[in-house]
Order: sequence, then C-alpha cells, then structure tokens
Amino acid sequence: MLNVYNILETIRMIQDECLDIRTITMGISLLDCIDTDIDKACDKVYNKIVDRAKNLVSVGQQIEKEYGIPIINKRISVTPIALLAAACPNENPVKFAKALQRAADTCGVNFIGGYSALVQKGFSAGDEALIRSIPEALAVTDNICSSVNIGSTKSGINMDAVKLMGQIVKETAERTADRDCIGAAKLVVFCNAVEDNPFMAGAFHGVGEPDCEIHVGVSGPGVVRAALSKYPDASINELADIIKKTAFKITRMGQLVGARASKLLGVPFGIVDLSLAPTPAIGDSVAHILEEMGLEQCGTHGTTACLAMLNDAVKKGGVMASSTVGGLSGAFIPVSEDAGMIDAAVAGTLSIEKLEAMTAVCSVGLDMIVVPGDIAPETISAIIADEAAIGMVNTKTTAVRLIPAIGKKEGETLEFGGLLGSGPVMPIRDKSAAKFINRGGRIPAPMHSLKN
Amino acid sequence: MRAVVTVIGKDNVGILHKVSGICAEMGANVIEVTQSVLQDMFAMIMLIDITAMDRDFAELVDRMTNLGSELGLSIHTMHEDIFNSMHTI
Repeated sequence: MLNVYNILETIRMIQDECLDIRTITMGISLLDCIDTDIDKACDKVYNKIVDRAKNLVSVGQQIEKEYGIPIINKRISVTPIALLAAACPNENPVKFAKALQRAADTCGVNFIGGYSALVQKGFSAGDEALIRSIPEALAVTDNICSSVNIGSTKSGINMDAVKLMGQIVKETAERTADRDCIGAAKLVVFCNAVEDNPFMAGAFHGVGEPDCEIHVGVSGPGVVRAALSKYPDASINELADIIKKTAFKITRMGQLVGARASKLLGVPFGIVDLSLAPTPAIGDSVAHILEEMGLEQCGTHGTTACLAMLNDAVKKGGVMASSTVGGLSGAFIPVSEDAGMIDAAVAGTLSIEKLEAMTAVCSVGLDMIVVPGDIAPETISAIIADEAAIGMVNTKTTAVRLIPAIGKKEGETLEFGGLLGSGPVMPIRDKSAAKFINRGGRIPAPMHSLKN
Repeated sequence: MRAVVTVIGKDNVGILHKVSGICAEMGANVIEVTQSVLQDMFAMIMLIDITAMDRDFAELVDRMTNLGSELGLSIHTMHEDIFNSMHTI
C-alpha cells in the first residue's frame, strides 16, 4: 500500500530540491550513411536521424507527464563524423554539421553531439579535416557539439593532436567572439573518452555501440545536499552512506525513465549515467554539497578529499539501482554551470590548479572554465596535456572544455545564459610551455597499460 | 495500473470531493485515501486505479494540475512505478 513518507519525499525532491532527469539521449549509428558523395551522405544522415528520433521529444514529454519528473533535455549523439568525412576526403566536413543542424531542427532536440574525431594514437583519413573544420562548424550551427579524443591509457597521448587542439580551441572562441565565445562551450577535448556518454558537449555514439539506443543522464546535486544538511554532526562515513542511499533513489528514477523511453521508442535501453550535474539555478550546485560537508568555500584545502568521497559514494549508490550504469557517472564540476563554483572562482578560493587536482578524483575534467582571451594556443595545449596525463595515468576519463574569453581578461565575466551559465575569467600562469608543445610526437602509454 | 494523486498545501475543504470527481469523470477508481501532516506540509494522498480509464493519463495530469492552480494548491499526479522503483531495493 501507500507509504506516505516515500511519496512526499519523492515530491519534495522534485519540487524543492531540483531533482530531474537532465537528459535522455538517443545514440544513433551513422555508419550506414557513409558515402563517397558527401551530399548523398548528408541526406542519409539527415534521414536516418529524423527516422529514429522523430518521436524523441514527444516521448520525453509523455514520460514527464506520466511520472511527474522533469526531463530537461532531449538530445542525440551520433557516430564520430570523422568516420564519415574519411570517405569524402576532398570535401568540407562542415556540410555534415549543417545536415546535423537540420536534423536537430526537425526533431526539436537541443543538441546533437558527435562532430568528433578519435585520434588518440594518430591521425587517420578524415580526422584532420574534421578537426580543422571545427571552428567553422561550431560558428555556423547552434545545436551541434564537437569532441576530439587525443589520448588514452592504452595509446598514450597524441601530442601532435594536443598541439593542434590548442589552436582549434582558440580559433573556435575567436570565430564566435561576438557571441560570448559560445563555440568553445560546445567543444570538448578528451582523454579516455567513453562511447556512451549522454551529456553534452562530449557525447558521441561509439562504434562499438548498437545501431540505436537510448541513454539517460540523471542529476540531483540539490537532493544530495538537502539530504546531507539533515545530519550536521554525522561522521564522514555516515555521510558517505547517506549519499549512497540518495544516489540509489536518483538512479532508480533514471532507470525507470530509461526503460519506459526504450519501450515507447522501440529502441534498446543503453545506460544510466548517474552524474551529479549542476545547473546555475539556486539549490542545484555540486560546490554546495562540498560546502555542506564542511568546507567554508569550495576550492579551499579539503576540497579534493570531499569530492573524492562524494564521487565514489555516488557511484556505489547508483550501481545497485540500475542494470546498466555507464557514461561518465560521478560528480561533474563545470565552473560556469554551478552557482557555488562561480562564487568560489570570483572570490579567488577556487583556482585552476585546485580544479586540476579535483579532476583526478571526479568524473570529468576542466569543464566550462573561462580563461583570458589572450591565452596562447600553446598554453591551452599544455593545459590539455596536463589533464590528459591525469586521465591516462589514472585510467579514467578526463577532458578539457576551456573558453578563451576573447577581448576579456581576469576579473571580467562571460555570460552564456541558460544551462551554460556564466563564468569569471580565471587566472593562468604566464610562463610558457611553447617549446614543449611544439616538439610534437607522443607521450607513450604508461606501464600499467600493458595488462594482458 | 495505479497512480498516486498528491495534494499539498493548506487546508482544503471540498478538495476530496473535487479530486474524486475528476477521477470518476475520467474512469479512474479511488482505492485509498490518506491525509498527513509532515514537516509543515499538509498532504492528501490518493491511490487510484487507472486501468479502466477511458482517457489519456496525460489529460488526467493536466486537469489535476489545473485544479491545483485554481485552488492555490499543488497537485501531483504520478504513475505509482516511480515510488516503487525509488524506494525499494
């Protein structure tokens, strides 16, 4: 029969604590759209996406009604477009971006991710052309996201790609300088990228995945914080237990929605990504969870330890709740998308160095960090290399989504609006790594990659 | 198949009558009603059977939500699966 307490708890989580499904993302393989004629390929891409995803938004809305859970975003991820560009070597891959944009418009989704290349060991056909076209692609489209995987634990780090990506990130920001450099907010550089991540901007549909599937990305930092706030005197392991139980409930919601979406869309259920993903809204901050644990402000000493515990407890609670947990799963720390992070950055408590340490223990990397507009491309590359090294050595995914604020410097702010929030320009070190970056080559895979 | 209608807010004379009226109109059968005060929230919770409903569940949700707005309360109408899945192993 009814358990009044559980029902009211669920409603309170949704109504007051910002519990929501952050995204349902349909992964679609475009491998059968490859064609040496780029116009034919683009038509096939458009048709396949629309065919599979035409009901995605309406099904999302139906599920929202059935369960009373907000589903904030409906999105699509596709096969890395470099694989399609490889078949049309003399063409401009931006045509694919435009086809994806048209598909996004028709389906009503707010992002399609997958304008991507995987170059962790080296460049193959299509890769370099795709990468060099990214600044234009992200300037002429609104709803396309791009990513490049430049390293892995097994392959090492492709330092030629790292050098190139520093330039590409800067150029992408420059091309959209009139729109708060929004292009750079849609571009992620990865190490150990995963094939089934439902969150943007790094989502793409890996080649090992099935033809079509539906993933769910849950969220709920507000729920976790509210749960912890009831226990001001609990020990740390007791807090870990509370987080686990809360993560269980949140993930179960994601599992339910995913299973229902799979049934209604007639598409296999992929994974639940149980990441705590903040938004700039009040009460939806990961930084505030860390502060609830007992830090005066996020970014001070102790932050890495708290985040390590939080990330681990979220995973443990979530794994029990779902048959297939995947994606990135853990805690996200995007600076511009988290009210607590923004405050901590503005106050000077949170620095890039601390964020770098935090990325060693949480799900992603240096995310939505605004840097001075005059940053040298080699410095961007060096930051990417640092992040990639953390990921490579620790066998985890790391990523960089840096926004060079063209024309702005430390102390100023970029405003993206909506879920992307706003970011203060953060200080960086002024000594150069250009000589190191300009050497090119590869950082070899670490010893523990030889596991066989 | 069952759903839970939760009315939250201030005291509400006649609300039970109005909510069960909508249920009856749309073919949903009321199984159980509970009232509770929990941490300053006054809540009336109704378990309803929607198997024999002759209209879309979404329509029921909309009508309940609108009723809530008219009366200055929040009325949530949710499929029971969400509660079962979140709170049991």
